Amino acid sequence: MNWVSIGSISDIPRRGARCVATPEGKIAVFRTADDQVYAIDDHCPHKGGPLSQGIVHGTAVTCPLHNWVISLETGKALGADEGAVRTIPVRVEGEHLFIALEALASRAA
Amino acid sequence: MTEKLVIIGNGMAPGRMLEHLLEKAPGRYQVTIFNAEPRVNYDRIMLSPVLSGEKAYEEIIIHGDGWYIANNITLYKGHKIVAIDREAKTITSDHGVTEPYDKLVIATGSVPFIIPVPGHNLPGVLTYRDLDDVRAMMLAAQSRAKAVVIGGGLLGLEAAAGLNAQGMDVTVLHVMPTLMERQLDPAAGYLLQRAVEQRGIKVITKANTQAITGNGKVEQVELADGTIIPATLVVMAVGIRPNAAIAKEAGIAVNRGIVVDAGMRSNDPDIYALGECAEVNGQVYGLVAPLYEMARVTASQLAGDEAAAFIHSDTPTKLKVTGIELFSLGDFAEGDDRQEIVLRDASAGVYKRLVLKDDRIIGTVLYGETADGAWFNDLKKKQTDISEMRDTLIFGQSYQGGAPLDPMAAVAALPDDAEICGCNGVCKGKITGAITAKGLTSLDDVRAHTKASASCGSCTGLVEKLMVLTIGDKYNPAAVQPMCGCTTLGHDEVRRLIKAKSLKTIPAVMQELEWTTSCGCAKCRPALNYYLVCDWPDDYADDYQSRFINERVHANIQKDGTYSVVPRMWGGVTNAAELRAIADVVDKFEIPMVKVTGGQRIDMLGIRKEDLPAVWADLGQAGFVSGHAYAKGLRTVKTCVGSDWCRFGTQDSTGFGVRIEKFMWGSWTPAKVKMAVSGCPRNCAEATCKDVGVICVDSGYEIHFAGAAGLDIKGTEVLGLVKTEDEALEHIVALTQMYREQGRYLERIYKWAKRVGIPEIKRQIMDDGEKRKAYYDRFVFSQKFAQVDPWSERVSGKDKHEFRPMAWVGFAQAAE
Repeated sequence: MNWVSIGSISDIPRRGARCVATPEGKIAVFRTADDQVYAIDDHCPHKGGPLSQGIVHGTAVTCPLHNWVISLETGKALGADEGAVRTIPVRVEGEHLFIALEALASRAA
Repeated sequence: MTEKLVIIGNGMAPGRMLEHLLEKAPGRYQVTIFNAEPRVNYDRIMLSPVLSGEKAYEEIIIHGDGWYIANNITLYKGHKIVAIDREAKTITSDHGVTEPYDKLVIATGSVPFIIPVPGHNLPGVLTYRDLDDVRAMMLAAQSRAKAVVIGGGLLGLEAAAGLNAQGMDVTVLHVMPTLMERQLDPAAGYLLQRAVEQRGIKVITKANTQAITGNGKVEQVELADGTIIPATLVVMAVGIRPNAAIAKEAGIAVNRGIVVDAGMRSNDPDIYALGECAEVNGQVYGLVAPLYEMARVTASQLAGDEAAAFIHSDTPTKLKVTGIELFSLGDFAEGDDRQEIVLRDASAGVYKRLVLKDDRIIGTVLYGETADGAWFNDLKKKQTDISEMRDTLIFGQSYQGGAPLDPMAAVAALPDDAEICGCNGVCKGKITGAITAKGLTSLDDVRAHTKASASCGSCTGLVEKLMVLTIGDKYNPAAVQPMCGCTTLGHDEVRRLIKAKSLKTIPAVMQELEWTTSCGCAKCRPALNYYLVCDWPDDYADDYQSRFINERVHANIQKDGTYSVVPRMWGGVTNAAELRAIADVVDKFEIPMVKVTGGQRIDMLGIRKEDLPAVWADLGQAGFVSGHAYAKGLRTVKTCVGSDWCRFGTQDSTGFGVRIEKFMWGSWTPAKVKMAVSGCPRNCAEATCKDVGVICVDSGYEIHFAGAAGLDIKGTEVLGLVKTEDEALEHIVALTQMYREQGRYLERIYKWAKRVGIPEIKRQIMDDGEKRKAYYDRFVFSQKFAQVDPWSERVSGKDKHEFRPMAWVGFAQAAE
């Protein structure tokens, strides 16, 4: 697996997110209140809303467009809604964050 | 062929009768109603909350105009019937309308009893019977002068409490030694008197009114012992008597009321009577439960069920004065064949008394704590032998059978035929049955289907417990809707506790108020953040991660993830330099759409998030600041050109609009606030559908509020007229601050106003100068911390992480 450095955990506010730009679109990288880090496509399964702009609570994010709640762990919509986004593996080494690039390549293929 | 049913009177009893009749025999009758009052059917029991300002008239309407239309019922409003011709089978109104009937229902209710003392007909002497009386009292209360209520019974005390809440200095005169002597024993009457006096209402018992005197209007009340009480308003609430005059003139048998048989039929087989005007088995009634029973019987009879019969039952009495708990039922006089059980808890202000005869309850008085009322009522109704539990009976249901039960279990233990709603005579089984059969999940549903808790509302707690017992988590409580799934507390409770416990951070709120989630959700976090910003403007550090994206990046997110930007144009006024700067920004950033908004400013749509700080920098150069078009806060103040240009303008509406906007921009509010100032009543700025609006007139500034022109459309309410611009600003600012402090997050002004009541808002903002000034000062203090342009902050580098990706990966060039 090819891990690509994307920066430091301190770049992301707690209970917040930042984006990583890729040729196929943005990946949203989330940091929870207890410093867990998750990466998913920045694209809500409902109508494509930018999940990175949502409110982060627990290990979920609420989409800013129509309030779907997406699990950061599984990428699946929670509650009554159905749908999922791709999750991307994240590795945390000390302060440094890496995401798995194969995942990106496999999606491009 | 349809028969003609004509009803005289449009109170709660005939209203309920029609509901039953439409259900049992739809289409059988063509119905015509004559109402002496010029309005629809409303909940008379709730007049006291209207008087005290806790509810608005609109909230107590039972059948709106649409109901009559939908059911094809003709309603003559303001028509008093002057004659019944039983030969021709017609009735005639004072406006000359004559209507033939096949069946006639007389429901003329009652008239207040007026003590015929000298001066009883002076202007300023009112009774307490209908909405007109309440409105007259509220008008009189604006003087904040002295009022005397004659009569210390149920109605008199409710009137006194209402007038007191409206700011009047109230004295209650009661001819008997203790208050409410027909429902309470002397001990409970004494406790009640103390509670009433603690509210600042004076009570004089054994007071024999001798005369009401004054020069052309009420000035004082004189008692038999020589006492003189100054008063500008006298309310007579000494009792009612059936209004049977019209029936008597028509030769129908009348005793105290119109005499009817158990089927509610008078001695004319085509004429029925029900409600307070009817006398059945020698009794007349005034409480709603038996009247509704009459309605049920009459409807059944009219639908052809001749077996339907009225059966007497005792009805518990409750006082509808907020904060006073009182319950009375049955017979509680002392007697040789009776025993009593009494419990007193002086420090808690609790008094309970049960009157027993042959080991059965025949009377109950509860004061201070009334939760067991339904249980005692049930024991009495069923004539349950209580000898087994005699020692613990007075402690209530939860003490029976060993360990104390929780309140939920107490309700669960009630038998199916236990009466829950006294007003409408609804038993437990009917409620739980309807919940299950019809899949009801909210209190409003239950009210709609069963009528339980739909009249005076005092059984709401019991009904809610039944809902929880029946459907568990599916129950969606309406009374206290929790903020979200993270708590059981409602918005109002949370706001109160934030202040009471001095909670100043979101984690502190969640810890102290026992949130069930570790860091809330997208519903509660923005609400809590707002409450803390509002309540602790100087102490609280705004939590941007708890703000919705629009407020976090100070622009409006669009469906494709781009943003729109709206700079402030004060009062909708702009100039060439500003327009040129906007045009340059549009060209430079290739902004695809430019649009004029409804709030008199310019919206630029389709801006990439990364470009936002640069767009703001250029706009800032031209002097623009954020228009907060994204905010739950002050948005626009729309204006017309006013006296500077318009030949009709009465004041400088443009200048005043700009002044308001410059004074109030940057303030956060529970939901968005849009304002407008029109220079004359032609109202070109459309101020009468705004959250707050001003209509300038020659004599000053008419302040409006609580309009809506979105999901709901609603004209504004008038707050009041003030003379100067300075006063108008102070009133508007104070009103906004009151809303900021009381509104629930995302609750617009018109919904807040409906909830707290227009009269209460007027009282605090128009009439109470001290309150108004305090609201105003708190707003001004809060503005010290709020009036920072968020765009220039971000141009200077604040939150720059928000506006650019943390990394670029997978791009060929980026590998360098």
